[in-house]
Amino acid sequence: MIEEVRHELDDRGFLLTSVDKLVNWARTSSMWPMTFGLACCAVEMMQAGASRYDLDRFGIVFRGSPRQSDVMIVAGTLTNKMAPVLRKLYEQMPEPRWVISMGSCANGGGYYHYSYSVVRGCDRVVPVDVYVPGCPPTAEALIYGILQLHKKIHRTNTFSSGWGESA
Amino acid sequence: MSPEQLGRLESVIADLLPSLPRERLADALILRVAPAELVATMTLLRDDPALDFKILIDLAGVHYPGREKPLEVVYQLLSVYKNQRIRIKVAVAEGEPVPSVIPVWSSANWYEREAYEMFGILFSGHPDLRRLLTEYDFEGYPLRKEFPVTGHFEVRWDADQDRVVREPTRLTIPDREFYGPDRT
Repeated sequence: MIEEVRHELDDRGFLLTSVDKLVNWARTSSMWPMTFGLACCAVEMMQAGASRYDLDRFGIVFRGSPRQSDVMIVAGTLTNKMAPVLRKLYEQMPEPRWVISMGSCANGGGYYHYSYSVVRGCDRVVPVDVYVPGCPPTAEALIYGILQLHKKIHRTNTFSSGWGESA
Repeated sequence: MSPEQLGRLESVIADLLPSLPRERLADALILRVAPAELVATMTLLRDDPALDFKILIDLAGVHYPGREKPLEVVYQLLSVYKNQRIRIKVAVAEGEPVPSVIPVWSSANWYEREAYEMFGILFSGHPDLRRLLTEYDFEGYPLRKEFPVTGHFEVRWDADQDRVVREPTRLTIPDREFYGPDRT
């Protein structure tokens, strides 16, 4: 692909693309997740971020502030007491923003589905884009979920309606 | 604890606190104390050089629905220098307060808050007897036997009111039989 681009540049001196493709390329190339580790899933999320799996190669850098984040990875059990806090942090993230629900507890309560103190799925509190199953999901599974989110973002059209474009 | 250590501890206890009912298990010694004598007994257990229980390892509540005094507080004590442990039990009726042991061990503060939250055991003299772990408007005492495991309320975010609301629990997946049909 790099050869093609180089050939195109040598031949014509410019590249042609659509604004949406450029925007989606920019968005998916630096998805900064908010560090939202709630339970043991957070350890698996740290593994994904550490040297072996190395989320940095996808341009993913964990941020401590919701105001600098694009995606929220809900990693762990969401309790009733935490639910308003999660919602508030989600609302503090600038748009466009995405949510990855990581693990059984965040997906639907999981092991604690019948508990008196746990929200039965974080999609009751924030809109979720990708659900990653597992208890906890492996680091590979989380990366696969992030790549699925990349695919989803690549399908969005922010500027054009999508009419008349070839797939 | 070894049987020899336990025997030595029991003889010391029999000497210093002869009036308290004792229970000897294979590896533990249990004392039953009335609420009125609790703080004085605990201070003696901490300060007497032969006992020297400087550390409160844990404080737990227990619920026995059938008993006349259904609630019980269990204290686990440890002496690092003497290498010995002891267990203290206090039984109370519903609404009867247990004296706080914060003046004896300040680490009891959050333990007592948790016992209050989970069982509704009241601790007299506690400086800040609030809920510790569950949400601030939680109702009921979840570790009592009659408390339904799914709780009375659940939360979700309401788009119209733009806030997290609390609603009666509605299970979309049917509840399971946790204990079999003969137990409720």
